[in-house]
Amino acid sequence: MNATTMDSDTAPPRETAPGQSELSETIFRYLCFGAATLLLAALAGVVISLAIGGWPAFRQFGFGFFTSSAWDPVQENYGAAGPIVGTIVTSVLALIIALPLATGVSVFLVEFCPRNIAKPIAVAVELLAGIPSIVYGMWGLFVLAPWFAIHVQLPLMTDSANLPGWLSGLVAGIPNGANIFTASLILAIMILPYMSAVFRELLLTIPSQVREAAYGLGSTNFEVVSKVMIPYVRRGAVGVVMLGLGRALGETMAVTFIIGNSHGFPHSLFDSGSTIASTIANEFAEATSDMHTAALLALGMVLFILTFAVLAVARLLLASEKH
Amino acid sequence: MFKTFVAAAGVAGLLASASYAADISGAGATFPAPVYAKWAETYKASTGTGLNYQAIGSGGGIKQIKAKTVDFGASDKPLKPEDLASAGLYQFPTVVGGVVPVVNIPGINAGQIKLTGPLLAAIFYGQVKTWDDPVIAKANPGVKLPSMPITVVHRSDGSGTSFLFTSYLSMKSPAWASKVGASDSVNWPTGLGGKGNDGVSAFVKQTPGSIGYVEYAYAKQNKMAYVLVQNKNGKYPAPTAEDFAAAAAGAKWAQAPGNYLLLLDQPGANSWPITGATFILVYKNQDNAATGQSVLKFFDWAYKNGDGAAAQLDYVPLPLPVKNLIRKQWSQNVMSGGKPVYTGK
Repeated sequence: MNATTMDSDTAPPRETAPGQSELSETIFRYLCFGAATLLLAALAGVVISLAIGGWPAFRQFGFGFFTSSAWDPVQENYGAAGPIVGTIVTSVLALIIALPLATGVSVFLVEFCPRNIAKPIAVAVELLAGIPSIVYGMWGLFVLAPWFAIHVQLPLMTDSANLPGWLSGLVAGIPNGANIFTASLILAIMILPYMSAVFRELLLTIPSQVREAAYGLGSTNFEVVSKVMIPYVRRGAVGVVMLGLGRALGETMAVTFIIGNSHGFPHSLFDSGSTIASTIANEFAEATSDMHTAALLALGMVLFILTFAVLAVARLLLASEKH
Repeated sequence: MFKTFVAAAGVAGLLASASYAADISGAGATFPAPVYAKWAETYKASTGTGLNYQAIGSGGGIKQIKAKTVDFGASDKPLKPEDLASAGLYQFPTVVGGVVPVVNIPGINAGQIKLTGPLLAAIFYGQVKTWDDPVIAKANPGVKLPSMPITVVHRSDGSGTSFLFTSYLSMKSPAWASKVGASDSVNWPTGLGGKGNDGVSAFVKQTPGSIGYVEYAYAKQNKMAYVLVQNKNGKYPAPTAEDFAAAAAGAKWAQAPGNYLLLLDQPGANSWPITGATFILVYKNQDNAATGQSVLKFFDWAYKNGDGAAAQLDYVPLPLPVKNLIRKQWSQNVMSGGKPVYTGK
């Protein structure tokens, strides 16, 4: 009984000669199985080697590794709190900047844009994704940072007496444009194409009857978008956010160039800081002591878990949206 | 068709492996990579032996030689004699470089600001916060210093440049030595970090009132506004190739066990105070005599013929007496089966 149901499930009736075809089928199946498991094995290998490599740091510092902001390669005292906070702050800020832009771009392309220019705009946005991260970094360091220092930071600093206390605290820092905020700005530009591409596809899944019905009831454009379309893809939109977050968390080179690279907690929006990825990129090549290497591998493990969790949640939400 | 292609590829592979069999492999410091590449090119043209050098950083170089995946490792910071002994390694210097503090102070040109070692440490520690601070003014009579906050710029990536610089500050300031220390990357008390020499120089150029430190070659090629630092004789030499060479010549290599020597604060009127050599690591006991011999032969050739290329790239060659001392060390230290692999011929 079982055997027959399985047969009917996995092997549809064949018309070719049984012997040869069965052999090639088996080989084909094993090849596919091999490809799939190889990927999983590689993933497991990465996790295991990160865990083994980082273990000395976890053992030495215990839970304090996650709460201490000390990072002193001379005294061999390491804590991941500074880079963890820097990573989360820059990624969330980048999301806050990129989300309205991504929404605007995709709604415009789907809803309002004339068909003949929708394509070029979509391609242009997607081209942003093709720019290598180091190019963003160089642009950030040599163009954005000086511009930001002269046109934003210096005026704010000279005016700081007129600003309310909390705001002047928020914008305090060295006026050279290398800080948490400019890093987030670069990140926002980098995650924008991913977010808008997925968001656009989500909007395209809305049945046209839904939109037409809303227009038929006399809704304005704004009402259709804000009350019908976006609520319709709500869950998927959360997935888009998570996708952007996942990408922002691990971005390395561009951030390393422009975040200012100081360990410890950033004290303001315009203060320099560091992220997990930037710390690893900066120090791994020259880490000679075993504990230094272990601390960096442990950081890598933390980043892996963070990114993995975010992407897993994103997949779940997107899957439930697509039914 | 396919078979002939495979056969041809196989033959080509055999030929290739035959002609590359004697190539030397090395990995490590990025600082000397351009001059090693230049030497390798000329050496290959004149002897047929190639050098495959991977500039993966000093830390990587030390790891690779310990794992025996390369014939030699290269490091910007010398290993301590006890570390050399425990790993069975021997090290020797190749070329000299140095670290130059650079500033961006409106109205101030290269060489106009003079600082002492302790003053430099106080600035990088964040104790001295403005350029018109009385201690800076006292060291610079007649220089019009602006009332401007000091922004410290340091390297964010681990680097031999930082090691040399923080070693110098540790030497000159007990407070720095006890609270920060000397390493490739340290817990900087203040300021912001740029990636690489170009990252530091970009931040310095973009931030009025800033002070950073870069490699000599980088400061020279980019004509940066350097600071003069007081040396052991109380003089303020300029950061030129001659003054780095002066520091290397005055150093007592013969008395340094394992060649563990930082050329910091060396005596001599012209000695630049923040100078250091870059090093090669090889096993004292070579498994394969031919490999050890080809490595030492390459550096012997470079000592003999490589000074011009080094100077062209703004590295400072070792003085001749130092080179001869190192050559003597090779025949005494690097053995295979109890016999020296280098005999000076």
